[in-house]
Amino acid sequence: MLSRTFPLLARFASVLGVALAFLVGCGRGTDELVIYSSRNEQLIKPMFDRYTAETGQAIRFVTDDAGPLIERLAAEGKNSPADVLITVDAGQLWQAAERGLLQPIESSIIAANIPEHLRDPQSRWFGLSVRARTIVYSTERVQPDELSTYEALADERWRGRLCLRTSKSVYNQSLVAMMIAAHGEERTEEIVRGWVANLATEPFANDTRLMEAIVAGQCDVGIVNTYYYGRLLREKPDLPIKLFWAHLGEKGVHVNVSGAGVTAAARHRAAAQKFIEWLTQPEAQAMFAGVNLEYPASPNVEPDPFVASWGTFEANLLNVAQAGELQATAVRLMDRAGFR
Amino acid sequence: MSAIAGELSGLRSHRAAQAKSFALLFVLCLPALVPLAAVLTAMLTPETEIWAHLARHVLPGVLGNTLVLVVGVSLATAVLGTGLAWLTATCDFPARRFFEWALLLPLAVPSYVLAFIAVGFLDYAGPLQSWLREVFGSSSWVPPIRSTGGVICVLTLSLYPYVYLLARSAFLTQGRRAQEAARTLGMSAFKAFWRVVLPLARPWIVAGTALVAMETLADFGAVSVFNYDTFTTAIYRAWFGMFSIDAALELAAVLLAFVLVVFVLERRSRAKLRFTTTRDVSHRAPRVELRGGRAFAAAAVAALIFALGFLLPLLQLAVWAITRARMDFDARYVGFLWHSLLLASSAALIIAAASLVVAYMERRHSSLALRTLVRGATMGYAIPGTVLAVGILVPIIGLNNLLQDLLARWFGDAAPSVLLQSTLLTVLLAYFARFLAVGFNPIESGLNRITPRIDEAAMSLGVGGVGLLRRVHAPLLRTSLVSAAILVFVDVMKEMPITLIARPFGWDTLAVRVFEMTSEGEWERAALPALVIVLVGLIPAALLTRRGEHVA
Repeated sequence: MLSRTFPLLARFASVLGVALAFLVGCGRGTDELVIYSSRNEQLIKPMFDRYTAETGQAIRFVTDDAGPLIERLAAEGKNSPADVLITVDAGQLWQAAERGLLQPIESSIIAANIPEHLRDPQSRWFGLSVRARTIVYSTERVQPDELSTYEALADERWRGRLCLRTSKSVYNQSLVAMMIAAHGEERTEEIVRGWVANLATEPFANDTRLMEAIVAGQCDVGIVNTYYYGRLLREKPDLPIKLFWAHLGEKGVHVNVSGAGVTAAARHRAAAQKFIEWLTQPEAQAMFAGVNLEYPASPNVEPDPFVASWGTFEANLLNVAQAGELQATAVRLMDRAGFR
Repeated sequence: MSAIAGELSGLRSHRAAQAKSFALLFVLCLPALVPLAAVLTAMLTPETEIWAHLARHVLPGVLGNTLVLVVGVSLATAVLGTGLAWLTATCDFPARRFFEWALLLPLAVPSYVLAFIAVGFLDYAGPLQSWLREVFGSSSWVPPIRSTGGVICVLTLSLYPYVYLLARSAFLTQGRRAQEAARTLGMSAFKAFWRVVLPLARPWIVAGTALVAMETLADFGAVSVFNYDTFTTAIYRAWFGMFSIDAALELAAVLLAFVLVVFVLERRSRAKLRFTTTRDVSHRAPRVELRGGRAFAAAAVAALIFALGFLLPLLQLAVWAITRARMDFDARYVGFLWHSLLLASSAALIIAAASLVVAYMERRHSSLALRTLVRGATMGYAIPGTVLAVGILVPIIGLNNLLQDLLARWFGDAAPSVLLQSTLLTVLLAYFARFLAVGFNPIESGLNRITPRIDEAAMSLGVGGVGLLRRVHAPLLRTSLVSAAILVFVDVMKEMPITLIARPFGWDTLAVRVFEMTSEGEWERAALPALVIVLVGLIPAALLTRRGEHVA
């Protein structure tokens, strides 16, 4: 029986093999820049298209969550076809750098365009757009002068009035990580426990649902990334909620970055560096941030007028690398504090 | 003396046959065993420090949640799926012909989509409660949707078709006749169902429920919409939040051990039972004609489930898709559709064929080693998708690196570059690892209906091996084969993590589109690709039920 089965399987396999051989990818031998991106296609492809149009540099890319992309990069090692890694959060870039998957880039252009606190102190990755996470409040039930810091939301006056997104969100993880950097673990745990005690309802799966709950009257204040606010506002211009520019620690709004680094295995190192440098220049900066209502990382570039209409803020100046360094600590802290 | 020698050599050749089939199966199942090994070997380097934290603060809650969810969804889908299957397969009531296939359609709606729509509609800020507050001033009596009950309801609505499909094929091949026989022995319709029809359909119901339980364990999308913490969310939290893939893999190993125990218990409980038919399966007994209130109730239940699990979500998707279509709909959709169809149908064919071989070999040469092998190979369905995707991708990348080094040694700088990890072959291998259970379960339970005496008769006529499989079993298994292929097809249409990590550059599918939108929370924009996934899922569902009725 086996003697009859094997040729059958072999035939099957060879047909399959031939059919698929046509689709086997090839990574080297071309000048194409290869990019692994966890910034999703509709937010990043316009940048690639523009760059290709301006410089003639061809780009190939694949999108996925940062977790699997980084594992893939690590497994591929020196054979990786990737030249650039793009993520939507500093923690993942920090982790990739920590695992030796990114290489340092000395560039005066990047150094001039991107402020120090938004890039790796060892120059292995660079923030390209700023994602501000701040307080949102009901204009019907809250006066802005009642608000001050993220920490103050643990105050008893907000009992039963606070809405939070789940602690599984990397944006909350980096916010708490930064609070640890500012206050230490013990004080931060107290604050997080205070938040949990103040919750009006179970944490939400995303920021949009959270804001809808405030609009509906389920709670009065929450913490969100500003571009989610922008998206909702664009749909419903008379939204009865507003952003309040909160302070973390000494001062400033908590910011995370969407950023990029050149991979350790990059075959087109110079081209990769050129591309990232291009992304830090004014025109590209406006586009990179504008497409998702984020803030440009470069202080010399104005945000989109719609974004600017929410007011200006001062960013917290702790280096965003700390978000990665302290992320695991933050996750454990939130586990202990019962922040789901 | 010579008799003993003959017996010995017979035994030896039997052993040899067993060993051969084990080897063959091992090779065939290798892609499914690799990620399993990756998960299990992580146990060798325990992350003790993280474990101490998890054991204290995470696992107690998560274990309870997971248990409640899996038991709740399994029970509910078993009852709902079996009940509806019995109604449509053995009874007659208004619109029965429509519901026969329509009740399968919720399968085409990805559970994360149903979850998102349900929460959006029923939560405090959703239209229902807002309306109630406007009219009655309060909606506080509405039970919260973001709760254990809410998750169980949504997963049940989305997953019951697995049980429905398999139970229905059991009833079609046996139910009506068994029921008829029981009735002639003086049993009431209810008693006949309970005492005769149901026990005879057990392997099918169990096979379907097992798929549901595994999918529930591995689910991440739907439970995250509810922010309901399970083992799977804890796995991702350890990986993405604490940057420890080792701890994530170890948690996955515990999950698998749990699944294995359930498997073994279930197997034992029916080890001695047989479920074969005694006569020609094409014989058909008349349906039970439901009248009056009963007929109305049957139609109403079917209509309710159909509306909640399919029609309303479809309408919501359609509304969103139409309002956003101008942002996204373009010629590229032809490509997305074609890619999805190609992957789903090749995976369906490959996995159904492989499942047939595996189930058949298990039947012919059953041994403990072989059964363990098959059990292991079908575990991939219970591993959270992204973990499984990385579990199979990393070894393939390892292989690719070896190959690349060899090429470099032979050709130096002129070496061509290979990239096995982003090819369709890898995508299909990983699908195989993930969905083997989905193909295998229906076929294995289908084989239960074929009495070993048919095999003996065929063998005595000189038909054995592949011939037996092709000429005798395959025709008898048509319903099961088609069920298997369809389930795999629909599952692959919805699959994300494997497609994302291993697809060739630029080879986007509909599910990849859904990911692009939802990864930054733009759920409404994801409606368009999700809608197309649902509509494409209609085609096989319609085909299948036609087929099923014909064959049976």
